[in-house]
Amino acid sequence: MPKQINVALIGNPNTGKTSVFNALTGLNQKVGNYPGITVEKKEGVCKLPRGVKAHIIDLPGTYSLNASSLDESVVIELLLNKNDKDYPDVAVVITDVENLKRNLLIYTQIKDLEIPTILVINMSDRMAYKGISLDIEKLEAQLDTKIALISTRKKQGVDNLKDLISNYQNLSIEPCLSTQDIDIDYFKGLKKAFPNQSLYKLWLVITQDVNFGKISRNTIKDTSSFKTKKDSDLKRLQQKETIKRYQFINNVLKEGQTIDLKTAKDLRIKLDRILTHKVWGYLIFGIILLTIFQAIYDWSSVPMDFIDNAFASLSDWTKNTLPAGAFTNLLAEGIISGLGGIVIFIPQIAFLFLFIAVLEESGYMSRVVFLMDRIMRRFGLSGKSVVPLISGTACAIPAIMATRNIESWKERLITILVTPFTTCSARLPVYLIIISLVIPEGRFFGLSYQALTLMLLYLIGFGAAVGSAWILNKILKIKSRKFFVVEMPNYKLPLFKNVALTVLEKTKSFIFGAGKIILAISIVLWFLASYGPGTEFNNAEEIVTEQYASNNLSQIELEQKIASHKLEHSFIGIAGHAIEPAIRPLGYDWKIGIAIVSSFAAREVFVGTLATIYSVGSDQEATIKNRMAAEVNPILGGPLFNLASGISLLLFYAFAMQCMSTLAIVKRETNSWKWPILQLTIMTAIAYIVALIAYQFLK
Amino acid sequence: MTLAELKRGQNAIITDVSSKKIPLKLLEMGCLPGNSVELVQVAPFSDPMYLNINGTHLAIRKETAIHILIETNDA
Repeated sequence: MPKQINVALIGNPNTGKTSVFNALTGLNQKVGNYPGITVEKKEGVCKLPRGVKAHIIDLPGTYSLNASSLDESVVIELLLNKNDKDYPDVAVVITDVENLKRNLLIYTQIKDLEIPTILVINMSDRMAYKGISLDIEKLEAQLDTKIALISTRKKQGVDNLKDLISNYQNLSIEPCLSTQDIDIDYFKGLKKAFPNQSLYKLWLVITQDVNFGKISRNTIKDTSSFKTKKDSDLKRLQQKETIKRYQFINNVLKEGQTIDLKTAKDLRIKLDRILTHKVWGYLIFGIILLTIFQAIYDWSSVPMDFIDNAFASLSDWTKNTLPAGAFTNLLAEGIISGLGGIVIFIPQIAFLFLFIAVLEESGYMSRVVFLMDRIMRRFGLSGKSVVPLISGTACAIPAIMATRNIESWKERLITILVTPFTTCSARLPVYLIIISLVIPEGRFFGLSYQALTLMLLYLIGFGAAVGSAWILNKILKIKSRKFFVVEMPNYKLPLFKNVALTVLEKTKSFIFGAGKIILAISIVLWFLASYGPGTEFNNAEEIVTEQYASNNLSQIELEQKIASHKLEHSFIGIAGHAIEPAIRPLGYDWKIGIAIVSSFAAREVFVGTLATIYSVGSDQEATIKNRMAAEVNPILGGPLFNLASGISLLLFYAFAMQCMSTLAIVKRETNSWKWPILQLTIMTAIAYIVALIAYQFLK
Repeated sequence: MTLAELKRGQNAIITDVSSKKIPLKLLEMGCLPGNSVELVQVAPFSDPMYLNINGTHLAIRKETAIHILIETNDA
């Protein structure tokens, strides 16, 4: 017996597959990507009885082996490739006791691949409530396998499942359905042409266009002894296959399952009567959205201020404690300031992912899709675009990946193109710091001006997304199959463990993903700001001392003058001055120019960059905000960040496409450079024009 | 009649599904001849339609529903 066995978890969406995965692996899990694609790969390790270790892989949720999306193809590609290092020794199919009939469809398909398959019937705690009783022995006999009846909510049956997994070698690998029965003549021909292969696997190769060992769809097409069929005929055979599978399942359940409708209670009907109601449904959705936004700003401001101050003092402490020198400066001014600019995100991102996870887990998100579909369609979007647009308020990258379940290519493409307009959390630090600088404190009907400004910026983001979708819908001439189907799952109380793990995982991957870029940029910026060419930079001390010789400056003031002279003539200062003519009409000076240029890599760099630049410039004021407030406009005098330049900056960041990672994801998801380049140019042009108008108008 | 004409709360049996217009995914979710269907809820303008097909709850658009033929129980 091998020391470690491979176990694949397979099942429909909404069957609690992830809960089973979490119950088996606990914190011994990691999330990565399948090589070359952005499909999430979840794997973990579980200790089984008798010293066996299981490597568990949680495959993307799928309704059947007939893949209709990238995520679903991952499942079939793995299951057809015996040489894959993850190829399962045993498959575990997870089903929901309330949807057994539909969930069993994929079980019959996996069983037909001749892989040992254990059936998990999850959510057994709901059986009494729904009046369901099962005859497990009969079901095991009919389905020719072992069944684990479990409840991840009540933590029952997981040990039994572990036992079954460790005894996987005793399971039968007989198929449920004889593939030949679908169309006898056709499959006889296929058998003759490929006598040594499993008919069902060949059938999947023909219909799914996947590779199976050395056999691909084209090898089958080019085989002279076998004639395949037209696509429409193949589809009819697939329909026939599905009907045959359901006939099998119906016979199995007739014997093994009884449902007493009299004792069944249905919370779903009562909740849906309100939550999907024509009036109440929308009202409740609106209230939920407002609560989310309100909560995020109120709750996260405290930890955020704390983090901001903590990093400012850490930077000071480093400077005062370590021996002076280039390395200490790099650490204090480059790395620590840069890191502070990203750690500050953690509270807000965690809260956003928390809300999104709860909405998804509870089953409410599908109701939103249902409610919004008709409205979103007017703008060329789908009801399913609501999920990416809401998750886009956390980060556009997972949001764009969440468009994969939109069936129509045109609706999906438009969603991908407009999602970056929604106010992602990377814009927040920029917004928060500028709002606190330029928007006066004060209240309007109990709401602070600053909160209202922030809300307005969110509305502008959504408005831009929806408005540009409407235009794109008119312009883009793409014919794609229009189609929409969404499962309306049962309402569930979200499991704390699932939500907590999701929040932890997403926050971690965001921080580390973005963190690398920010850290790298911070270090580069620090070098560019600390070194410069020519005499102006290298002889700054003498030049400034001479220039102010008659002014009787104190030592501190003189040092400041030298520092800012140095900065102005450093590499970054030269670059900033070079672009100043282009951004002066928007109300920015060369320092903001540098911050904007560097935030084309990622928006959140803005605050970090200003922090780096200003901490190079002076060390009088502790926090970033105080330093920015102290900045003086070199030409007009007065504070640099005033209402006009502040609003102009806010609008620039609202519209501009400043995120390399998003562009990379768009490239990958649309498989072309055309769309990300178009996105970058148009969004930046809009940003420039709007900011220009705003500044000239308010100045 | 087609599924698009079903009223809220009404039950019917699916009699035919135009396989050219209906994607396999919907069939796999249980939208097959012989199965029962109930219209649970409709969004404004009766679109999309929230259905209970053979115990599976799902929502589809009206433009898809017109390709599914049904027979009501009371007819």
